Amino acid sequence: MHQLSEPVTSSPWTVPAPWRVTSRRRESADTVTLELEPPPGETFAFRPGQFNMLGAFGTGQVPISISGDPAAGGPVLHTIRDVGMATHALCALEPGDRVGVRGPYGTWWPLEEAEGADVMIIAGGIGLPPVRPAVYHLLAHRDRYQRVVLLYGARTPADLLFTDELADWRSRFDLDVQVTVDTAAGGWRGDVGVVPDLIATTRFDPETATAFMVGPEIMMRFTVRALRSAGVPDDRIFLSMERNMQCAVAMCGHCQLGPFLVCRDGPVFCHRQVARWLSLREV
Amino acid sequence: MMQSPADREGQLVMARGHLDQLLETIARRGFRLMGPTVRDGAIVYDEISSSADLPAGWTDEQDGGQYRLRRRGDDALFGYNVGPQSWKRYLFPPSSLLSRVRSEDGLSLAAVDEPDTAPLAFIGVRSCELHAIAIQDRVFLGGRHADPVYADRREGAFIVAVNCGQAGGTCFCVSMQTGPRAQSGFDLALTELLDAGRHEFLVEIGTDRGAEVMNQVPCRGALAADAEAADQIIQRTAASMGRQMDTGGIKDLLYANFEHPRWEDVAGRCLACGNCTMACPTCFCFSVENVSDLTGTQAELHRSWDSCFTMDHSYLHGGSVRVTNRSRYRQWMTHKLATWIDQFGTSGCVGCGRCITWCPVGIDITEEVAAIRADDGAVTGGPDGAARTGPAGLAAQEGQTGDA
Amino acid sequence: MTLEPLLREHPFLKGLEPEYLTLLAGCATNVRFGEGSFLFREGGPADRCYLIREGKVALEIAAAGRGSIIVQTLAAGDVAGFSWLLEPHRWQFDGRAVEPVRAFALDGICLRGKCADDTRLGFELTQLFARLAIQRLQATRLQLLDVYGNASASAV
Repeated sequence: MHQLSEPVTSSPWTVPAPWRVTSRRRESADTVTLELEPPPGETFAFRPGQFNMLGAFGTGQVPISISGDPAAGGPVLHTIRDVGMATHALCALEPGDRVGVRGPYGTWWPLEEAEGADVMIIAGGIGLPPVRPAVYHLLAHRDRYQRVVLLYGARTPADLLFTDELADWRSRFDLDVQVTVDTAAGGWRGDVGVVPDLIATTRFDPETATAFMVGPEIMMRFTVRALRSAGVPDDRIFLSMERNMQCAVAMCGHCQLGPFLVCRDGPVFCHRQVARWLSLREV
Repeated sequence: MMQSPADREGQLVMARGHLDQLLETIARRGFRLMGPTVRDGAIVYDEISSSADLPAGWTDEQDGGQYRLRRRGDDALFGYNVGPQSWKRYLFPPSSLLSRVRSEDGLSLAAVDEPDTAPLAFIGVRSCELHAIAIQDRVFLGGRHADPVYADRREGAFIVAVNCGQAGGTCFCVSMQTGPRAQSGFDLALTELLDAGRHEFLVEIGTDRGAEVMNQVPCRGALAADAEAADQIIQRTAASMGRQMDTGGIKDLLYANFEHPRWEDVAGRCLACGNCTMACPTCFCFSVENVSDLTGTQAELHRSWDSCFTMDHSYLHGGSVRVTNRSRYRQWMTHKLATWIDQFGTSGCVGCGRCITWCPVGIDITEEVAAIRADDGAVTGGPDGAARTGPAGLAAQEGQTGDA
Repeated sequence: MTLEPLLREHPFLKGLEPEYLTLLAGCATNVRFGEGSFLFREGGPADRCYLIREGKVALEIAAAGRGSIIVQTLAAGDVAGFSWLLEPHRWQFDGRAVEPVRAFALDGICLRGKCADDTRLGFELTQLFARLAIQRLQATRLQLLDVYGNASASAV
């Protein structure tokens, strides 16, 4: 499944284009969504699952998932979690600030191939942003799919992202949304438990369903197990993988996962491709 | 190995005394000459001005963790094999400035001046090195996004190759099918013909540009005897390789043996010093760093060589993926010989032997492969350190049903 | 009227042989809990287990200064209560109905008596509960791993 993105600008990979922050929204204590606009005259298009390399002035660049609606025009949404120097600087940007952007890079969720059957979107923590564009696509073409399920897990209720949108989605009759957290204070009326355990009690047809999954590797590993137990075959389970990325153009060697370069052959992988490599330690 | 009569057409013979005229002709076309020279007890590549800078009469003795120069009994100019460096230091410099950005005017791009933008001529490129350059071409130029720094230096680089007159102690280009004869990728290819009666070079033309240069250099047409003399030298070189590696099915072999006890064994010897990655002509890992100036108004993107042996190479989310020595050596070797094939379509190894020579403890990649091959399917684990699962190896052990 | 046909439909008991279902039905009653009421309290006598048919139960623990913390929620198809099976037969957590709950309550003393009489039944029940316990253990470990946690916050 070698899908390669087309570079949007003609400038070399070493030169990020100066985009502008048009708005900023705090999603949780450590997560921010930035809306970014390309320089005048430049257009931008992406597919669900792809990422951009973002770099605030003075810090290095990091891969950030594009988290908005691919069909919507206007500013491009990026959801960033503050985990280090580069992401800290990005989370501190204000409207009007400039940021270096290049992309889009990477492979995308095979949404067309999943048509005609059930789709399970499974996200953990900061994994919801990279898969949200897929949810938008599914909802925009709802009649092309059977059941659509969203399973989402986070650490605590305060860590849930896009809560307004989750509430909207929950109220739809054509979308099964289940949210769970690892732990909660007594007032929480939602579920407490782990994402893999949601699979057994979700209604879907494992023989034809496709699953798209993003989250911490441990969570994905256990979720894959649950999907396999339920009867979903490896070639219909797709994961978004993460590795150290510095160039995003298949040159710096850091994002290797065995025979794959995550920036070029991923981040979206079919589980069948990567299963043997994920089962090895320290690869 | 033998050239057909058709290949021999147009070959020339140039006297050693005219080598300087060849070098001058190239230099006059605006190239900076980079060639081998003796320095610090090794033959290194550096800027040269004439054949006087070449390591006349020197050869190198190489073995695992050993390198020394020795005087030859003759004045051969290219009578050595390969030194600690490769041409990658010119095409893919250890450190380079990629771009410069100013924060006023909203992240405008500032000019980046190259200190010396004259194109380069490489004098004395071995066949293994030609292959190494071609391998790096695929990495830096073959993908969707070409690398501008590499492209700039690569385009127009003038290459004078040299067919090896002797094999080095750690050479195994024959096993890797990367030599010793230079087949393509050069403007000119020389074979040094030196015996009691003469000191000449058989010159093979590789490009029109090479032909134009030779038009300015006194030479005669090659005779069948000249070509045969060169063939014999090359065959003798091919027959005396210092090492050999059985590469049959090597990708599948290594893929099936990721839990082989040999990795533990080599990890006990490997210092994770990264010498191999620096000496290797194909290793390409680099790190990208942002460097700001004191005023905070200007930031530069720098790139410098990195090594998969560093602790940080696989850093992610507060820790590294490859923490142990074992995993890092395994990463380097399996990348070089196996996963590189899936990533870029060729092996990453050209059999130059530098990693063997420049490893402080003499770890020999050919020996490591042989050890795994001899014990295919062995798995680390159990109180005695090794358990057997048979050739199915990984798949059987993990119970996975992924692709074989 | 026996609860046997309804019991048979509960996911937890799927696969249990009909003769054992009959035995279990003799220990089963239908129960309801209003929203906010407690199925059990920590430290209380654990003399029953609940096969949840509808609603949501929060397993929680209260600590001074921390209020109550939910460690797991259970929904239709789940089972609340292992402590009936083993000494000292005391509830380890509070079980609160987050939403109105309908469940089968299986009387622990009755069950233990029947298991003593028929060790084969005891084996089958223990198997069912062991499987459940392992699943809970794995889930708990995943929760402990704090996989979503900040790199600086978590140990891994």
